[in-house]
Amino acid sequence: MATFEWEDVKIEVDEDGFMEEPDQWNERVALALASTEGVDELTEEHWKLINYLRDYYQKYGIAPMIRKLCKETGFPLKKVYELFPSGPAKGACKVAGLAKPTGCV
Amino acid sequence: MAESKPKPEILAKVDYQPPGDDWMELPVEIRPGTFNYAANPANAKYLDLPHVRKWQPTDDDWQLPENWQEIILEGLHDRLKKYRSLKVFMDICVRCGACADKCHFFLGSGDPKNMPVLRAELLRSVYRRDFTTAGKILGKLAGARPLTPEIIKEWFLYFYQCTECRRCSVFCPYGIDTAEITMMGRELLNSIGLGIDWITTPAANCFRTGNHLGIQPHGFKDSIDFAVEELEEITGIKVDAPINKKGAEILFVSPSADYFASPHYYTLLGYLALFHEIGLDYTWSAYASEGGNFGLFHSADMMKRLNAKIYAEAKRLGVKWILGGECGHMWRVLHQYMDTMNGPADFLDQPVSPITGTRFDHASSTKMVHICEFTADLIANGKLKLDKRRNDNVNVTFHDSCNPARAMGLFDEPRYCIEHACNHFNEMPENTIKEQTFCCGSGSGIGTDENFEMRMRGGFPRANAVKYVHDKHGVNMLACICAIDKATLPPLMEFWVPEVDVCGIHELIGNAMIMKGEKRTTDLRGEPLPGMEESDADESGEVKEVSEDV
Repeated sequence: MATFEWEDVKIEVDEDGFMEEPDQWNERVALALASTEGVDELTEEHWKLINYLRDYYQKYGIAPMIRKLCKETGFPLKKVYELFPSGPAKGACKVAGLAKPTGCV
Repeated sequence: MAESKPKPEILAKVDYQPPGDDWMELPVEIRPGTFNYAANPANAKYLDLPHVRKWQPTDDDWQLPENWQEIILEGLHDRLKKYRSLKVFMDICVRCGACADKCHFFLGSGDPKNMPVLRAELLRSVYRRDFTTAGKILGKLAGARPLTPEIIKEWFLYFYQCTECRRCSVFCPYGIDTAEITMMGRELLNSIGLGIDWITTPAANCFRTGNHLGIQPHGFKDSIDFAVEELEEITGIKVDAPINKKGAEILFVSPSADYFASPHYYTLLGYLALFHEIGLDYTWSAYASEGGNFGLFHSADMMKRLNAKIYAEAKRLGVKWILGGECGHMWRVLHQYMDTMNGPADFLDQPVSPITGTRFDHASSTKMVHICEFTADLIANGKLKLDKRRNDNVNVTFHDSCNPARAMGLFDEPRYCIEHACNHFNEMPENTIKEQTFCCGSGSGIGTDENFEMRMRGGFPRANAVKYVHDKHGVNMLACICAIDKATLPPLMEFWVPEVDVCGIHELIGNAMIMKGEKRTTDLRGEPLPGMEESDADESGEVKEVSEDV
């Protein structure tokens, strides 16, 4: 665990840079986390994905199935990788402040 | 993670020349890419684990509890008394070296401490010193050494560079099972608060919500409903996927990644299509929503605790018997431990296929049948209409997952399923399949990002065999029946053999199966079925999609 600072943002993150306390997420935090993923700017498409993940997370306490994420945002998986080079879980979920999925994934 | 990943051409150069020094003198190197992070304290606490603290393997001081030596030696003493096998394995090895070059981690790393004989010696040397007369008197001359904090670090590194795959034990003339030694080593490490997060957090999630991912019942239902909808779009058929249905004949349990990750998900679609087509009276459970058991990688107690829900749920729902999905280590637990650990399941019936009438005699004690056995029996009795041509876009080879292969001898049924669903099937070399199968390199809870280099090294022998059949026969699809495989073989393939994709067997079955009343133009991945492509779709020929690992 470590403290991550970016401009005025200061959050606790785990070894992989995922938020320790997802409830403290806000849009500034998303920008801060995106900077660790090599994403300098969050476009409308990035936000569409992030907001979808946030909504799902609020309802279910976890990330959605990848297939569902692709279908409901209309982004093929390739596009998700273009937006977040580390992919849906390690990139998009991290920036959206979700916990890292664990197990056989 | 922005860290640079190793390159195949670098990892392919393995130096097998052992260092000149006495192995006991070699320093322990905790190097990025070759170890796993420590357990998250909150989740360790959730499981009531002892000596919870915040630490990382890269720290100099691991903050061992004050009486750590006492805990370890007492723990070893207790286990030697409890497990006759451990005592025998400690005493019997003659160091013949038959196992040395059978371990995928040794083959991929050249590190002598990854020879199974030496991995066991890490524990055996401590055993000798404190539990044998020769070791007590002669010390190092008898291969004994005193327990030091450095040895604890060595155990942590090498007992988590073993996937408990048991390939070495196939070749041991005495039948020593190094996986059991690793299991004891991990139990001892956990007794002084040295667990890894990729095991502890899934175990805590499983205890809390019923599955490793931590998916709650409404999320579980949402995912299954989504799969049902998507299957309807693909086939035109709305299937029923009951959850927690009391009085169903069969309880179906599969790994949670099947309803979360890709390519696992396409296997889930295959199960759903199959169960509908044969009219199976079955149910999913939102409580026993995990077949896998990361407790196996932690300790016997944890394994028992996590496994208990399967029989409990079978009893609550009043089913007759249990069917299990495509999962690897789950079958080690179910086949070798469950009936004695949490049974007897005398409230269940002897499993009988309601479709063919076949009695599964080998499952008369566990009451649980593997889905490949179930499906192979359906095929053998002519109950499925399979059009192999619908899998003509794939040239398949089969990766025997370590546990179904070596813990239950499941060799023929998966192959029978593939051969009846595909026209193009080519086996990897004989010494890399069936009981001699090579591990994916990421099993037993070490499939983490931080351990990436070691995973690619450990998976090298498997990938090498895949590359052989890719080059020789044009294989482009690696089928497997394990959720860890489905998660970790895609990055392994991307690293060593990028032309090859990964799928489950019930994805292939689901593609080939002609359902009554179906309207289908695509496979379960939504790609056009062979022969139904648009003529102008792709002039560049076959291009592999981005592999869907997460």
